[in-house]
Amino acid sequence: MTAETLDSRRRGIFESFLDSKFYRRLSRNFIYRYVIYPVGQMLLFVALAAAVLTLVAYGIAILFPEPRPNIVLADQISKQLPGMIISGVSIGFVYAMIALGYTLVYGVLKFINFAHSELFMLGAVASFFFLSVLNTAGLLTDVHPVLLIIVMVLLSGAFTGLIGVLVERIAYKPLRGAPRLVPLITAIGVSFVLIDLTRIFAAVTINDFNLTLPTREIPALAAPVPFQFGSTTVNVRVSSIIIVVAAVIMLLFLNYFVNGTRSGRAIRAISQDATTAGLMGINVNLMISLTFLIGGAFGGFAGSLYSLNVGTINPYIGFFPGLKAFTAAVLGGIGNVTGALLGGLFIGMTESFLNGTLVYFPALGQRYTDVFTFGVLIAVLIFRPQGLLGERVDEKV
Amino acid sequence: MTTLTALSPQPQPQGWREIIRRPGPALALLIAYIAFTTMALFGLDRTALWYPLMQIIFVPMFMFAPFLVVSAPIKTIYKVILGGVLLLLLMPLLGIYNPSWLGLAIQICVFTGLALGLNIVVGFAGLLDLGYVAFFAVGAYAWGSLTSPAGTIFTVNGWSVSPGAFYVFLIIGAAAAALVGILLGLPVLRLRGDYLAIVTLGFGEMIRVLARNADAPINFTNGAQGLHGIASPPVPGFVISFTASIGNTLGFRMENPNAVAQQLSFYVIGIIIIALIVIICRRLIDSPIGRAWTAIREDEVAALAMGVPLVKSKLMAFAMGAAFGGAIGVLYASKQTFIDPDSFQLLSSITILAMVIVGGIGSIKGVMVGAMLITLLNLSMLTNLSLQINSLKNADAVIPIVNFHFSDWPSELEPAKYGRLLFGLILVLMMIFRPAGLLPEKRRKLELTERREEVDEEPMIRDTPSGVPQERS
Repeated sequence: MTAETLDSRRRGIFESFLDSKFYRRLSRNFIYRYVIYPVGQMLLFVALAAAVLTLVAYGIAILFPEPRPNIVLADQISKQLPGMIISGVSIGFVYAMIALGYTLVYGVLKFINFAHSELFMLGAVASFFFLSVLNTAGLLTDVHPVLLIIVMVLLSGAFTGLIGVLVERIAYKPLRGAPRLVPLITAIGVSFVLIDLTRIFAAVTINDFNLTLPTREIPALAAPVPFQFGSTTVNVRVSSIIIVVAAVIMLLFLNYFVNGTRSGRAIRAISQDATTAGLMGINVNLMISLTFLIGGAFGGFAGSLYSLNVGTINPYIGFFPGLKAFTAAVLGGIGNVTGALLGGLFIGMTESFLNGTLVYFPALGQRYTDVFTFGVLIAVLIFRPQGLLGERVDEKV
Repeated sequence: MTTLTALSPQPQPQGWREIIRRPGPALALLIAYIAFTTMALFGLDRTALWYPLMQIIFVPMFMFAPFLVVSAPIKTIYKVILGGVLLLLLMPLLGIYNPSWLGLAIQICVFTGLALGLNIVVGFAGLLDLGYVAFFAVGAYAWGSLTSPAGTIFTVNGWSVSPGAFYVFLIIGAAAAALVGILLGLPVLRLRGDYLAIVTLGFGEMIRVLARNADAPINFTNGAQGLHGIASPPVPGFVISFTASIGNTLGFRMENPNAVAQQLSFYVIGIIIIALIVIICRRLIDSPIGRAWTAIREDEVAALAMGVPLVKSKLMAFAMGAAFGGAIGVLYASKQTFIDPDSFQLLSSITILAMVIVGGIGSIKGVMVGAMLITLLNLSMLTNLSLQINSLKNADAVIPIVNFHFSDWPSELEPAKYGRLLFGLILVLMMIFRPAGLLPEKRRKLELTERREEVDEEPMIRDTPSGVPQERS
């Protein structure tokens, strides 16, 4: 995500520009480094994914002009395109935020934190309890909705971040240096424990597992916002806009943290070589905990925002978003923060496009969307295991 | 002195420990144990308030008796006799007395078979497979879709098979699952351990999604409604009359002798399948392919360098493990007579993995103990705990000192629904405190302890003989 990464790559025609005095001065500018550049990157990724998927969709429309009688696929796609892109971007940012948790932890510990999807779930559940406590206190409509959502997201993130640190200290720390599969099995166990502890908590407090957020009580969230795209009007849900705005702000903060602070540099150093980083005076254990705190917090943010969007949640919702986000992390190149963003947006947009197009194929239908994500995962692992932005790492003997 | 004590043989256990290690007292104690647990089970009062709790105590005690017999220090001939009496006389009698115990024994057979199958993939070849239940599903659906009256493409077109084909289908189910195992294995075998785990998990979920959705446009699996009325193998007439006469002679009340005889035949089939699987596993470990698996598990690159065919051996492991899963799937579908996509969740895969890990990865006996322990926990102890709480609720019991009324117990807080918590805790605690399992395989134990010590005790920078510090490689 930094200007530096692009700097060191030296891509052909940009080379002279990147070497110019103007660009060097620009890349040292704070606003450029931590605001303009990453936002530009996100816009680029969104545009890229949208362009590729639109082309593929129209390609399918040329191959199957009329999948059902009297339905011209190309017309339907044109009509739905803005809606598909917007919902794809919003779910894509959610996946990207979860994928960051996988990627950060993989970067420092080289293991897949399987329990991360449960932190996402816990973020959603924490938001539910926050909102319903406010609702029973009758405060829900008194607080300004923007403030309410900011507090909700931050609290959920803080909670899941702490849980993440706790899990690391209790379950993963004793296993450093064990064979690779040992922490993975532990992580599966932790994931199950977290699901059932949530269920027990829900059972004891409200005796129900299907948690419906009292978002209807907030008038600002209920009405959709109409957007005009040429001749078609698209009603965008407020929660989608909140997700995109919140996610962009959070990702900017993360980018600043990873690339602009001492702690971020320490984390990057550990991901390159933990032993040497320790020798250079970095407190490795503290930094690993910090990584879990931040990764967990981002899972919680994502869960909190996601719960606003879906409305009803339960203790099992973590599984599929978690798996998709993992796919996104692998697609972008696991261990690579920019890659997680690209992968998340790409998977989210693909899912939204598939949902939009598969409806018109009676033999397939939307129910195979999830299978498709696995197909992507397997294809990536087979043909490009280092991911789109990852660097080739030869397997250690 | 220290060298002398180190060289002297292991200290002999003293007192009662020493006495029960002698063959005579051990045999007497064992017989007394078996007699006690059997009589206790026959003597339970089904209407008593504490009946579920009594079951929690005595059913596992009885079920573990075969393992005690096998590991007791007695002559082999006594082991065979006692084991035969336990498995082929007492268990069927108890089963006729209370069919739910027989059902439990069949489930234990099913899960033992699955755990042994997964053990080939995870334990022998070291490939972590988180979607093992997919192969189980293949076997179950192979038999189910051909015999269920639910109207799948096969039964509608009159391709349904007669129940007598069950025994053939044990082999066909195994072959189908092995084929799926090879098809799944081919693309993913190049992946490293943790990626392989995630991809197999994805495959497991994909099979479930396929089973849920393959009812349109062509109905293969009847979708989310599942397949009901799956055929069971025909029971010979003499078994039914034999069961009925035993029940009458001993004065057990039996609602339906036919059903009991059916369960009895499943039990016998299950025992035979488990015996076959155990024999195959034992022969496999010492065969060339078993050694190839061990070599791959220990060090893939070194194995490749020594000429071990990687792809072939790994595919073989996938296919063998899958085949056992498929055969057991046929048995399971036929025993349950109903399957639906939710019978094959990730939870089941993880449960089977927990069995393998608890028992001891790679050790056949360990895996069998693990399978029995987890199945008992899952299907007997947790359920009975729920029943116990319910009966206390109905009896309006109160815990005296804290004054807790059982009627206040939240209805959603039923122990039977919290298997995940238990298995999750088991996985975490086992990995931290005893990663090699309860009855570890020797080589695996060495491997795990060695590596730990290496990491723990090795200094960051080693002093070389020349005195120049050298970085750890």
